[in-house]
Amino acid sequence: MSGYLSGLLAMLSINVVVAYAVFMPASAGLLNLGVAGFVLLGAYTAGALTSLGDWSLAPALLAGAATAGLIAFLISFAILRTRGIYMVLATFAFAEVVAGVLLNIPSLGGAAGLSVMAYAGLPVVVPCAAAVVLLMVWLMRTRFGLAVRALHDDESVANLFGVNLRLTQVVAFTIGGAIGGLGGGLLVHQFNFIDVQSTGVLFSIYVLLYVLMGGTQTVWGPLFGAVFFTLVPEGLRKLSELDPSLKFLEGGRYMVFGLAVVLLMMWRPQGVITRTLMEALLPGRSARRTT
Amino acid sequence: MQLLQQIINGILLGGILAFVAVAFTLTIGMLNFLNFTIPALFMLAGMVTWALSTAGPHFLGLGWHWLPSVMVGIGVAVLASLLIERFTYRYMKARFGDATEHALPLVSSLGFLIVFEHGASALWSSDPQRFELPFKNTNLEWGGLIFGIPHLVSLFLAIGLVVLLKAVLERTRLGRALRAIAENPNASSLMGVEVQRIVPLVYVIAGMLSAFAGILYAFSYGTVTPFMGDAIATDAIAAMVLGGLGNIWGAIAGGLVVGLVKVLAISTFGAEIEKIPVWGLLLLILIVRPTGLFGQTQLGKGKF
Repeated sequence: MSGYLSGLLAMLSINVVVAYAVFMPASAGLLNLGVAGFVLLGAYTAGALTSLGDWSLAPALLAGAATAGLIAFLISFAILRTRGIYMVLATFAFAEVVAGVLLNIPSLGGAAGLSVMAYAGLPVVVPCAAAVVLLMVWLMRTRFGLAVRALHDDESVANLFGVNLRLTQVVAFTIGGAIGGLGGGLLVHQFNFIDVQSTGVLFSIYVLLYVLMGGTQTVWGPLFGAVFFTLVPEGLRKLSELDPSLKFLEGGRYMVFGLAVVLLMMWRPQGVITRTLMEALLPGRSARRTT
Repeated sequence: MQLLQQIINGILLGGILAFVAVAFTLTIGMLNFLNFTIPALFMLAGMVTWALSTAGPHFLGLGWHWLPSVMVGIGVAVLASLLIERFTYRYMKARFGDATEHALPLVSSLGFLIVFEHGASALWSSDPQRFELPFKNTNLEWGGLIFGIPHLVSLFLAIGLVVLLKAVLERTRLGRALRAIAENPNASSLMGVEVQRIVPLVYVIAGMLSAFAGILYAFSYGTVTPFMGDAIATDAIAAMVLGGLGNIWGAIAGGLVVGLVKVLAISTFGAEIEKIPVWGLLLLILIVRPTGLFGQTQLGKGKF
């Protein structure tokens, strides 16, 4: 496989992992505009362990995910006190605080960023992404998944029917944080580098947008969103190289993504992949069970 | 003297932040909507003004006098804001019934932010552009202290506009209609308020405020980039939260506080510390006291 294709596949895998970090809380009705915070936590933990602590890659990735998950668990009680726009703002503020703290730890490189030696190639990144997808598919079929979907559709009715609101949301937020941490660990070891600037506000915005674009009703939405976000701008860039008259496509390749989001919110605000679509595609018992 | 100059710098930076914060707080108070296109409008006005007033090979490089350029810059931002209204507020009522639905206009506005920023970088490239200022000197010296004129203008204009806005909201028929929409758009529509006609006005005001701020920012720093709105907008969001969502005087006060904290923290501890005091405080406020530091908001209260 050429270097170009393997780079693209690695980026796609990481985008898929991070997508599920946003999807898990979003599927319980919690919007996270601060996924960069969890990604940074996982990236700096895993990166510091392999570069400064001589850990091998697998335990470092797990430790990164665990740290991000633990922090997500601890702050979830505070963040879940807020609702609606306040929650969007609180997660946003959380990511900024994480970035601010990391900037002020000189041993982690500060503003210059953290470089690591250990490399996570395709044999690590792709199975990790596959494992996250399978975990989420399984999780959404459990009783917990049912509770999450009930909360997503109507919080007060779900509560009335005995779904433990607080517990379900805390668990969903924590799992999301841990997956974000895993994504961060993969990111830093794929590029051998991470800094606070490149994983900032814009990163959080992009991930939230492509997850909502795919749709939060089913577990397949984020997968669609991540594939679209990775491949369409890249395809446009390739197209712009073919002919000088198509040069404008290169500068405007993310414009297409923005336009797609705006138009989708008009005509299909629930996202591209919905439950009815999945039922039409996969008729039968299993499809009914997952809806 | 050094400290006094820093405090002045902080207040002056706060003047521009206050402008943007008022734009944010207005849309959130009236329409219950965090408008992420504000940084895009800020940028658009600044870049159009630069492009028109600077002669060159770039798009719209006509070399106009600065005054018509500024007016066209503001006009473009207002038109863009009206376009955005068609695609965000109009579709707010597209109910599909789940918990992430309230985020619909927020998501559309983030989409627009990407469209405008990448559109501008496709037109004018993403490199920072030098803005040759039409004025010889943009600083005012008085008693050994330096005041940036665009900042001063921004601060006084912001205060003046807020006084005007408050008067309109409290005294006029239009203001009553706006407050009714903030309270409950459906009920006010039933009571004969023409919601679809009045809401675009909020977007016009927000567009004008962001455009003014963007042009004043471009004048005072002498550079424009397609992404110049992002950092200012994050600070302005902090200022808005500090003042309480929907509270316009709070937004001005919040802007001044954030400007001061930023400048003082940077001059005391270095540039890397700035995020911790502002955003740490903010996270705490959001969790403990979501109405902000200045008490109950007047607009859009009891919505969450």
